[in-house]
Amino acid sequence: MTNLPRRSSALLKTYSVLVFFLALKAAGNSAMAWGMKQVPERMSINPALYLHAMLNPFVALGVVALILALLTRMALFSLADLSFVLPVTAVGYVIAVFLGKVFLHETVTHQRWLGTLLIFGGAALVGSTSRNTTAPAENPK
Amino acid sequence: MKWVLVAAMVVATVLGDLLQSHEMKQAGEQSVSARGFARLLYVIAQRRLLILGIACNAVSFFSFMALVQTEPLSFAVPASSASFVLETLLAKFVLHERLGARRTAGALAVLAGVVLVGG
Repeated sequence: MTNLPRRSSALLKTYSVLVFFLALKAAGNSAMAWGMKQVPERMSINPALYLHAMLNPFVALGVVALILALLTRMALFSLADLSFVLPVTAVGYVIAVFLGKVFLHETVTHQRWLGTLLIFGGAALVGSTSRNTTAPAENPK
Repeated sequence: MKWVLVAAMVVATVLGDLLQSHEMKQAGEQSVSARGFARLLYVIAQRRLLILGIACNAVSFFSFMALVQTEPLSFAVPASSASFVLETLLAKFVLHERLGARRTAGALAVLAGVVLVGG
């Protein structure tokens, strides 16, 4: 039981990194979507078009936030199992539905609300399991 | 063409996440402060499989972008969730993670939710 404070602080760290990831992802996607709507050219296979789109400040901001989100997700992989990270980061879908409803005034169907609820419930269930089942320190038995 | 893109996206996502999860567990616990990010970049530079994992992410990202140009998002999003099932199975059998009843039930609920949100 002596390692209990250490374990709970590791848990707190895992959840802070998770929240940071979700915030970066939501901010990055929103900035990207907002910026791309202002870019007149339609994207194709030509990479120059993507580089030109990045001159838009919102697109650039979105790219930076999404790169940081990628790095944060990697840090999360260092703290928790893949089978833990995947369901709990799916809460991002819930945030996307919420942001779409509040800021972009999108209509959200009953089916989508039901899906959102299932993601939230499922993620909470996974979140209640031991976050790391492969590290020896976590499994004293 | 649409199924080629779906296959490329799913395979790249699965491979990328497995590599990143495996490598990051080996690299030890990381943080997300300014120093943490600098250390993380150093870790990435030293691990080839991690770079391969990030390259897989890029392939998956561009396949998704190409897919949504021709197919509706309501097809692309549920199609991409196929990787969720594969990855969870591989996490058990390749990475030897212990899923347990609660985590399996939660993952299935999330999967059903993703399909409903995308559909």
